[in-house]
Amino acid sequence: MPDTPILLREQQYHEIKAVLARLRMDSSAKVVFLVDKDGQEIASQGEVGSLDTTSLASLAAGNVAATGGMAQLIGEKEFPTLSHEGERESIHICVIGRLLLMIVFDERSSLGLVKLRSRQISNQLATMFKAVTEASNEDLDSPFAGITDEDIDSLFS
Amino acid sequence: MTFINYASREINCKIVYYGPGLCGKTTNLQYIFDSTAPQSRGKLISLATETDRTLFFDFMPLELGTVRGFKTRFHLYTVPGQVFYDASRKLILKGVDGVVFVADSQEERMDANIESLYNLEENLRAQGYDLMKMPYVLQLNKRDLPNIIHTEDLAAELQRKGEPVVEAVASSGAGVFDTLKAVAKQVLTELRKG
Ligand SMILES: Nc1nc2c(ncn2[C@@H]2O[C@H](COP(=O)(O)OP(=O)(O)O)[C@@H](O)[C@H]2O)c(=O)[nH]1
Ligand SMILES: [Mg+2]
Repeated sequence: MPDTPILLREQQYHEIKAVLARLRMDSSAKVVFLVDKDGQEIASQGEVGSLDTTSLASLAAGNVAATGGMAQLIGEKEFPTLSHEGERESIHICVIGRLLLMIVFDERSSLGLVKLRSRQISNQLATMFKAVTEASNEDLDSPFAGITDEDIDSLFS
Repeated sequence: MTFINYASREINCKIVYYGPGLCGKTTNLQYIFDSTAPQSRGKLISLATETDRTLFFDFMPLELGTVRGFKTRFHLYTVPGQVFYDASRKLILKGVDGVVFVADSQEERMDANIESLYNLEENLRAQGYDLMKMPYVLQLNKRDLPNIIHTEDLAAELQRKGEPVVEAVASSGAGVFDTLKAVAKQVLTELRKG
């Protein structure tokens, strides 16, 4: 049995996007993403443009998983933040429970500011996501409830 | 883990290709990549060593189409086959929705197949999953080579639970989409159960 699916409602999605938008403003970042630890993008905000956000999400999760593995080998539970500073563009990642908050920024911001602002917002994001995973979704029509074998076959035709 | 976004009307699922080193996992993804229209797939990302062996994973997002108004996207991953990369294999199985086991049909790779399959069951268990309840397909790859084991014998040795068995030549694409379809179908059927 795979894990239970996560269902993100429209309103929850827009609330999360609003929080990300504010974080982006407050930290003068280029892009702010919320990613699931398994590598799936939940929401993003900012100058996404031609950025390959799907690949970034997957690699961020791989990165956190790998450094988390290293943490455990030296007796730490995990590394709560990761930063990669480039010549112009940089990335900061915070682990918030099963979420990864990833911030892409350049010289218009600084690592200190990004760290501060993301720390300030992480509780709020954690609470919001807890509501997502703990919500009863009985009222939501699963798009799969009435799916037929023909529907599935048609995906491959 | 399947992720359903009601705002963007998207469904994302994760499929992992597992198997011993050099059995053809990356080749499966490469073939899917090469034969899919660019608008339906993202980049194929390979984290490989300088000698071109998969170090951490290969990754490719693939959009299959729309089900009931929801865009259906599969995230395809491969694991590194070599024994010493066990740590990365464990990590990649997190949140998996379906598994393809790619077996190497060559006689001399039989032990490697068995060891890798055992390793899969163990690593799934370590993440709290049970292969017996996981959408799962067995692919018998490299059917074009001369020194291969008979399909029936190979299946008898490697089949775990009546899962679909697909013969393949990943390097020419034979069986690649049948495999993907067989696992995707099980993943979607699993979602229907709710
Ligand atoms: N003859 C033959 N070679 C294959 C087939 N599938 C993969 N290969 C070759 O086997 C080698 C290892 O494949 P690769 O996909 O890198 O293996 P991986 O370690 O499982 O990712 C490559 O040289 C492939 O071209 C097949 O069906 N037949
Ligand atoms: Mg490979």
